[in-house]
Amino acid sequence: MTSILLYTILTLSLLGAILAVVLYFVAQRFKVTEDPRIDQVVAVLPGANCGACGSAGCRNFAELCVNSETLEKCFCPVGGNAVMQQVAIVLGKQASEQAPMVAVLRCGGSCDKRTRVNIYDGSKSCKVMDSVYGSDTGCSYGCLGLGDCVVACAFDAIKMDPVTGLPGINEEKCTSCGACVKACPKNILELRPKGPKNRRVYVACASRDKGADTRKVCSAGCIGCKLCVKACPFEAIAVTDNLAYIDFNKCRLCRKCVEVCPVHCILEVNFPLKKESIQNE
Amino acid sequence: MSRTFSVGGIHPDDSKFSMNQAVEEFPIPKRVFISMNQHLGAPAKPIVTKGDTVKVGQTIAEPGGFISAWVHSSVSGTVADVALYPDFLGKKVLTVVIDVTGDEWLPGIDRSPDIKNEITVSPAETITKIAAAGVVGLGGAAFPTHVKLSPPPGSKAEYLILNGTECEPYLTSDYRLMIEHGQEVLIGGELMRRALGDVRGIIGIEDNKPKAIRYMQQLVENYLGWTVVPLKRRYPQGGEKQLIDAVLKRRVPSFALPISTGAVVQNVGTAFAVYEAVQKNKPLISNILTVTSQDPTIQKNYRFRVGTPVQEFLIASGAMDHEGKLIPAFTKIVNGGPMMGKPVSEPAGPVMKSTSALLLLTDKQARRKEEQNCIRCGKCAQACPMGLEPYLLYRLAMASRVEEMDENRIFDCIECGCCLYSCPAYIPLLDQLRIAKNASLKNKRK
Repeated sequence: MTSILLYTILTLSLLGAILAVVLYFVAQRFKVTEDPRIDQVVAVLPGANCGACGSAGCRNFAELCVNSETLEKCFCPVGGNAVMQQVAIVLGKQASEQAPMVAVLRCGGSCDKRTRVNIYDGSKSCKVMDSVYGSDTGCSYGCLGLGDCVVACAFDAIKMDPVTGLPGINEEKCTSCGACVKACPKNILELRPKGPKNRRVYVACASRDKGADTRKVCSAGCIGCKLCVKACPFEAIAVTDNLAYIDFNKCRLCRKCVEVCPVHCILEVNFPLKKESIQNE
Repeated sequence: MSRTFSVGGIHPDDSKFSMNQAVEEFPIPKRVFISMNQHLGAPAKPIVTKGDTVKVGQTIAEPGGFISAWVHSSVSGTVADVALYPDFLGKKVLTVVIDVTGDEWLPGIDRSPDIKNEITVSPAETITKIAAAGVVGLGGAAFPTHVKLSPPPGSKAEYLILNGTECEPYLTSDYRLMIEHGQEVLIGGELMRRALGDVRGIIGIEDNKPKAIRYMQQLVENYLGWTVVPLKRRYPQGGEKQLIDAVLKRRVPSFALPISTGAVVQNVGTAFAVYEAVQKNKPLISNILTVTSQDPTIQKNYRFRVGTPVQEFLIASGAMDHEGKLIPAFTKIVNGGPMMGKPVSEPAGPVMKSTSALLLLTDKQARRKEEQNCIRCGKCAQACPMGLEPYLLYRLAMASRVEEMDENRIFDCIECGCCLYSCPAYIPLLDQLRIAKNASLKNKRK
C-alpha cells in the first residue's frame, strides 16, 4: 500500500519536473515580446470597443498608436482630445487634435409636419421597411422612425421621441462613433462638429425632391429656394439637387440663414434665446 | 399522376376569382409615366427630350448596359418631362412622362388581329428582333429575354419550358392569355424554341386550370416537338428552379444558372410578347393585368398600356374615388400576387411592363399578426422549396453573422415567402432574409 503511494508520488513529481523543463525551453523559444506601452495605452482608452476609430477594438487601436510614427491618423472619437492627449503623454508623441463631433438627424419631419399616407405594419426595422418600399409618408428621403439607430447606439445616446416620431440624440452621451450613421438605411444621420460652446447650425432635411413636391408631403422640408445661400455672408451654404447643405468648415454661426428659411428647416442648437423672443414670451 | 417539385412548397388558398372574366382593353390614360427601370439590370437611358413628339411603338430609351432593354413609347403624344418621378413603391426613378394625343402608331406595326402562322425569320434574326422590341420576362423578374435566349458559351439548351403555372393565388392574367391567345403563345414559343437551336418544347400548367391544359394540348398536336405537362398545384411552382425540377426532375445547383440543367424557362406572357415582336413588329408596350379582390365587382382582367398610373385601374374598377382615396373596404394595394407582390405606396406611380396584378386587400387580410417567439417547430424548413433553414438564417441575420449565412446558402433564397406564410409565430423571416441576402451579395462583390 505505502509502496503504491510512494511510486505514484515519485512518478508524478518526476513527470512534473521533466515537463517543467520542457515548458521552460518552449517558452524561451516561442517568447512573444510585446511592447509594454500597448497595455499602458489600453488602460488610458475608453474601452468601448466600438470600432469608431477604424480599428477592430481598443487593443488593436493601441497597437496602431504604438507602431505608427506619428499620431496623425490615430484618433479615438469616443475619448476625444482628452484621451488622445494622455495617449500622447504615454507614447511621447504629438497628439492629433480634432474638433469633437456629434451625430445630428437631417430630418425634421415630425408627425405633425409629415402626414402618414399609408400604414406600415411589417417588421419593426428601418432596413426592412426601406427594402419594401419608399416610405409610409410621402417623403422617400426622410426618417422612417423605426429606430435602427437606437439599436445601433452602444452608448444609449439615441431615444425615439414618441411625440415627434423621430430619434432624439443626447449630446452628452453621443461619442460620435458613427454606428448610427452606418445603421441608417436612408443615410440621414450625419457627424458634425459640436461647435464652440456646443453651438451649431445645420439643415434638418435630406429631401432631394423639387420644392413643390417636398412642400406637398412635409411642411418642414427644404424646398431649395436658395434664400439661405443669398443670406450667407461666408459662402458656406450650397444647394445641390434642391437641398441646402451647410459646410461646417466655413460656417461662422451667424444664423442669418436660420432667420430667412421659409420652412424653418435650418436648426440652431444651444444658442441662447434672442431678446425679442424672450420679450414676446 | 401529375408532377410537382420535390422539396418544400405550400398550398395557399387559390382565390382565382377573375378566371372567367374576358380581357378588356383598358382605355389609354391622359398621361403615362414610363419608367426607365422596368427590367432587371442597368436602367435604360432616355433618348427623347422634353417637347419631342412620339408615336406608339417609338423607342424612347436605349439599353444602359449588356443586361438591359430598349423602352418604347406606349402612347402617342408629346414628352412632357424626363425627370425623377415616384414609382408605385414611392421611390424616385428616372421616368419619361408623355401627354397623350390620339393614338397614332408607328408605320410598320401590324395591328390586325389575324394570326400569322408561318415563321420566316432565322433564329439569329429572332433574337435581334426580340432585343429591339424590348421584350423582358413577364413572369415577374423582368429579366431581358434576349439575354436568356443566348446561353453563355459552354452551355447548351436542351429544353424550352413555357411557364403557364401561375402559382400565385388571385392571378389570372396568364390563364386568360392562354385561353384567348393560345395559338399566338405557341407560335412565340416555337420562335424561341428555334432560336435556341431546335430544342424540345414543354408547356407546364398547374392542374387548377384544366381548361387551359386541354386547350393547349389540342394546339400542340399541330406542332412538332411540343408537349404539355400538367402539374400538381403547389406554390412556388412558377419559380424557375422549381419548374425545372417539376418538369424535368433536374435540380439547379447552388450558384449555377438554370441553363446548367439544359433548360430555359420563359413565361407564357413572354412568349406572346415574342410573337408580337417577331411576327407583328410590335414592341412590348402592353400587357395583361388582373385587378382583383374579394369583392365580386372588382375582379377584372385588363390589357393595359405600359406606364398607366395604378390609380386609373382602381378608379375604373370602383376601388378608388376620383380624389384618389381607396374605398373604406380596402386598406392595401399590392402590385403582383399576395405571396411575392410589392405594396403600392404611391397610387400615382405607373404599372410596369411586367406588372401582372393589382390586388386589393381588406384590413383583416393585410394586417400582420403580432410576432411571437420561435418555438423551433421547423415548419419553415419544411416549407422552404430551396431546402434552406429559414429559422436558422433568421437568427444569423439578426446577429449579422455573414460568413455563417453564406455557409447555410442564404444566396439560394428565392424570396418566395413560404417560410413567412408557414410560420405559426408570425416571425418576419423573409423580411430579414431578403436584407441579409442582399448584404451577403454586396459582401461578395467587394
